[in-house]
Amino acid sequence: MPTLPATDNLVEIDGVNFAYDKRQILKGVNLNIRRGQVVAIMGLSGCGKTTLLRLIGGSLRPTRGEVRVDGKVVAKLGHDELYALRRKMGMLFQFGALFTDLSCYDNVAFQMREHTDLPESMIDDLVLMKLQAVGLRGAHRLMPAELSGGMARRVALARTTALDPMLIMYDEPFAGLDPVSMSVIGQLIKSLNDALGATSIVVTHDVAEALALVDYVYFMSEGTIVAEGTPDELRASDKPFVRQFVYGETDGPMPFHYPADDYAHDLHAGAGR
Amino acid sequence: MSTLTRVLENMGRRAIGWVHRLGFACRFLLLTLRNSGLCLRRFSLVTREIYSAGVLSLVIIVVSGLFVGMVLGLQGYDTLERYGSSSALGVLVALSLVRELGPVVAGLLFASRAGSAMTAEIGLMKATEQLAAMEMMAVDPIARVIAPRFWAGVISMPLLAAMFSGMGVFGGYLVGVRLIGVDEGSFWSQMQAAVDFQEDILTGVIKSVVFGIAVTWIAVFEGYDAPPTAEGVSGATTRTVVTASLSILALDFILTAFMFRGT
Repeated sequence: MPTLPATDNLVEIDGVNFAYDKRQILKGVNLNIRRGQVVAIMGLSGCGKTTLLRLIGGSLRPTRGEVRVDGKVVAKLGHDELYALRRKMGMLFQFGALFTDLSCYDNVAFQMREHTDLPESMIDDLVLMKLQAVGLRGAHRLMPAELSGGMARRVALARTTALDPMLIMYDEPFAGLDPVSMSVIGQLIKSLNDALGATSIVVTHDVAEALALVDYVYFMSEGTIVAEGTPDELRASDKPFVRQFVYGETDGPMPFHYPADDYAHDLHAGAGR
Repeated sequence: MSTLTRVLENMGRRAIGWVHRLGFACRFLLLTLRNSGLCLRRFSLVTREIYSAGVLSLVIIVVSGLFVGMVLGLQGYDTLERYGSSSALGVLVALSLVRELGPVVAGLLFASRAGSAMTAEIGLMKATEQLAAMEMMAVDPIARVIAPRFWAGVISMPLLAAMFSGMGVFGGYLVGVRLIGVDEGSFWSQMQAAVDFQEDILTGVIKSVVFGIAVTWIAVFEGYDAPPTAEGVSGATTRTVVTASLSILALDFILTAFMFRGT
């Protein structure tokens, strides 16, 4: 497995454990995200991918281990330092999370107005440029309720990149999109990453789109990293887990059933009642 | 014996849960007050919410105030007439409204009209990850979303209660003077002589401010604490109306007991 030089990493996750109450979500996760790369974290729903993004963003604290972003240990930052770090991050939420009481224009302008003293004329130019980059300059007056799922995701992408972040996190950016919107979003992720000189983390279970787009992939299962590599290495891999995931095989190491008692026993005992 | 233990266990668990939630709500209020700087500096954030919570509640407040005043006029006249003191109708209408009905009924209406809307809006913002998105943009949702709504409620409520009382007095006048024919001069002059600014009006204002704080606190807390699901938001909205209404009635009794003892 290739090891990455430490100095080149924007995000470093060292032996991170995380539990919601008594439910263990992450169990000793180690991974590094290299500057300038688009990295995918893939795995089945509920394997802890989104939790990992929240740990990087500082919304959650690990129960053990360390998350470092740009050399800073996220969990040890005070409120102001954490907010200063977040100004350099952007996160695209699964369904966009646009502010429904603001127009597309105001959504994109939101962070500029909150964090800068730029005059409105300059904000106007910047907002239109950001919307132009996602092809929605013409929709700037529309409200989020008037947008399709794909359009909302693109406006949210424009909002995420409003302050030119150094790290952009995408939580299931392809979920629920039609094939055309999917490839549009995929291309935008790549082109915005290159144009802004940013680093991107894409959490997804969409294999085809992700492998075509990213530089490096981590596979997660049941709270641990089970495989990693470049897309080509993973396509050629003969690990049963990777093959099951990449080729969508139903039979393999990933269980279909949630852990339960013996089936016959449950039927006899009437466990559902 | 085991049933009794279970019942006791359940009661204990509920009580602990309730105290825990109350503590959380108090910390939430302190956090809201501590993070109020932004919205007080950028007051447009508050005025926008005053429009939603206050201005849009005006219709229901004005109409209800008018009708409550009209009913007070009818009922009051009927009772006073038996003792030959129908000229005191103005006093009865004004004191009932300013001391009790204005703050209490306006508070109940405010809880159901504006409080429920606040809870539902904040709950839905949470369910659709808008609050999480705001936090990830390094904008504190307590300062940007909660505090402006809290202050808007605290400012709107006394104004709405005053509007309610004013309309109520006008309703009483319409029925008592215009419809039934009570002497206009005695209606107003007795009211002017009997209603004391400090004893009556100020206590009414204090009540409405306290109700405003209670209702808005409950509304924003329930919204922020709502489980991020459709069922969670609807449950939180219901809890806002029920808890806020009961709190108004309980607080009204406590405040009245303190303010009017011996008078």
